[in-house]
Amino acid sequence: MAKKEEGKVIDELTSSEYKYGFVTEIESDTFAKGLSEDVIKAISAKKEEPEWLLEWRLNAYKAWKTMEEPNWAHVDYPTPDFQDISYYSAPKPKPELESLDEVDPELLDTFSRLGISLDEQKRLSGVAVAVDIVMDSVSVKTTFKDTLAKKGIIFMSISEAIKEHPELVRKHLGSVVPVKDNFYSALNSAVFTDGSFCYIPEGVLCPMELSTYFRINESGTGQFERTLVIADKGARVSYLEGCTAPQRDENQLHAAVVELIALEDAEIKYSTVQNWYPGSKEGKGGVFNFVTKRAVAEKNAKISWTQVETGSAVTWKYPSTVLKGDGAIGEFYSIAVTNNFQQADTGTKMIHLGNNTKSTIISKGISAGKSQNSYRGLVKIAPNAKNARNFSQCDSLLMGDTCGAHTFPYIEAKNSSSHIEHEATTSKISEDQLFYCNQRGIDTEKAVALIVNGFGKEVLNKLPMEFAVEAQKLLEISLEGSVG
Amino acid sequence: MLKIKDLKASIDGKEILKGLNLEVKPGEVHAVMGPNGAGKSTLSAVIAGKDTFEVTEGTIEFQGEIINELAPEDRAHKGIFMSFQHPVEIPGVTVTNFIKASVNAKRAAEGKEDLTPGEMLKLIKEKAAMLELDRKFLSRSLNQGFSGGEKKRNEIFQMAVLEPTLAILDETDSGLDIDALRIVANGVNNLKSPNRSAIVITHYQRLLDYIVPDFVHVLFEGRIVKTGGKELAMKLEEKGYDWIKEELKANN
Ligand SMILES: Nc1ncnc2c1ncn2[C@@H]1O[C@H](COP(=O)(O)OP(=O)(O)O)[C@@H](O)[C@H]1O
Ligand SMILES: [Mg+2]
Repeated sequence: MAKKEEGKVIDELTSSEYKYGFVTEIESDTFAKGLSEDVIKAISAKKEEPEWLLEWRLNAYKAWKTMEEPNWAHVDYPTPDFQDISYYSAPKPKPELESLDEVDPELLDTFSRLGISLDEQKRLSGVAVAVDIVMDSVSVKTTFKDTLAKKGIIFMSISEAIKEHPELVRKHLGSVVPVKDNFYSALNSAVFTDGSFCYIPEGVLCPMELSTYFRINESGTGQFERTLVIADKGARVSYLEGCTAPQRDENQLHAAVVELIALEDAEIKYSTVQNWYPGSKEGKGGVFNFVTKRAVAEKNAKISWTQVETGSAVTWKYPSTVLKGDGAIGEFYSIAVTNNFQQADTGTKMIHLGNNTKSTIISKGISAGKSQNSYRGLVKIAPNAKNARNFSQCDSLLMGDTCGAHTFPYIEAKNSSSHIEHEATTSKISEDQLFYCNQRGIDTEKAVALIVNGFGKEVLNKLPMEFAVEAQKLLEISLEGSVG
Repeated sequence: MLKIKDLKASIDGKEILKGLNLEVKPGEVHAVMGPNGAGKSTLSAVIAGKDTFEVTEGTIEFQGEIINELAPEDRAHKGIFMSFQHPVEIPGVTVTNFIKASVNAKRAAEGKEDLTPGEMLKLIKEKAAMLELDRKFLSRSLNQGFSGGEKKRNEIFQMAVLEPTLAILDETDSGLDIDALRIVANGVNNLKSPNRSAIVITHYQRLLDYIVPDFVHVLFEGRIVKTGGKELAMKLEEKGYDWIKEELKANN
């Protein structure tokens, strides 16, 4: 495409709008900004938590105060002022809702604008989806709870789980991501306010997709959610989370911790469609997405992470799997799109401890505008993990010549029987590809979407059917007008 | 149908088409022959609207409208189709998905709804059968790992689905074995009608045994320097282009 045309199309890019940038005018109960032991005590009191959890939080806070914000990632941003954040915000009245009629209409409207149907009857492709919704700091609605309960499945907000299933939460909380794992996991442990909890009993195959939508609404707040998914022996579950936030000039901090536990023969598929506000075209505002996600797979268990990352100003995230038991399988499928001034440093860690463990990493990075997109991954084979296998493939697609794509693959193989394969490619959308599409009547915008979807196909195919279409549209919107 | 007048086109300041004239009437088949580098592919690309080429002079008129400034996708919507000499690969986009996007884009431009999956499937199956493309082929990534013959058959498959008013075939026969040639020619002939036209670019007279041209043109150094009937193609294949060069010299 000629230079003038290219310039025009890149200009158009700047007119592409973030669809979820609205703010809901809803009365909320928000703490004053600042972080201290008293604030943590107040959060814990507000949530009527047991003593052990308050202690756990306070210990985390103590540890956090001694830690430093990490700076090894290939991202550049001002360190958040942790005293300038409110650590608790909840829509009023405190939602202990029995039916939809009790939900604030403003809130309902928010959800419909987010494209979330709370209609429990609604079925997509014949598959029901149970939804938990976390707005700012609290869970406001979980659907299908009763249907699931009949199978012994527990799916509720983590706050509820702390009250109703304290033994399960206490046993597993922090068992996969230790409090002191990193700066943000310590912070999250001190101040987390809500999130989802899910337990699938032994031998149970969860009959529907479980999903959580996270929404930051209030300004000046941080979101620190905590998700814990446990699949007991032989259980199977597919879980999806989606995230959006209003358009604001300030940077908002999101520091979540997700822990997955797959016991013997269990299988957890965890999918994320991350669409936090990415900031303006000039790089103003946007969410700082600093997330720790990790899973443990026991004997013959399988963990599959799939992520479509299109939002956030800065992303720092490595969903990882500890392949603890023999024969465990870990998978990581990722599409990360960055545009304008977005920065993403994302990838995975596959830690092979068991014999005959196997991991697959497919990472697709798409960069446009002035963005920076890095893949960072570690494949580690422990000394006594025999016959471990890994296959990694990292592909980058560049649009224009002002963006960057980087790959940082680390391999630590301490057992000679292991087999590790790594492939990487970098490509651009060529003028010839665009002209070919144009000649067939497909305009440049649609051609880019088509080519990008083709590029990300192996990952998109891993998403639950109901969400694959949504994710494709999201890719399209994120890249509107960006052609090189 | 198509009237090209005194067309000059250049790339990076280098003039490739140097005052080219060509008129194609409805229902006609025109063959264009000429040595490598004469500007045959450039002519196709310029008619199709590739904007890396700059049209510096002259006009391209299609169905009564000057289309010089029209975007390539708009020209496609009006019924111009080009079978590429070197079709590009689009990884991860299947043959089916691509043709679907193409058909629906054209329909959208005409203010029509997308075809239903059922209608689309029927259309694709029917045309794929004509080009002897099997189901497995339809779910492969576009042109990735295709043999030369598969690429060309896929081009003609797309043409058959889109049913263009003007088809430009740029060396679609090069590298085809005799069976593939027959299949491809059959695809082209099936489209023949009093209101459709074709420009067939080729080096070989054998294609013209299957697709019989009304006119044969010689494109040389950016101009059409000679026009004749089918016998001209035979003479060119037999004698090459030297005699044309001689003739040109003599005339100058
Ligand atoms: N993209 C391009 N950049 C520079 N020169 C080109 C380009 N495309 C074609 N040309 C030149 O234009 C002339 C005609 O090429 P082409 O139209 O492909 O000829 P033909 O198809 O008749 O063999 C050749 O000299 C070729 O080198
Ligand atoms: Mg050519």
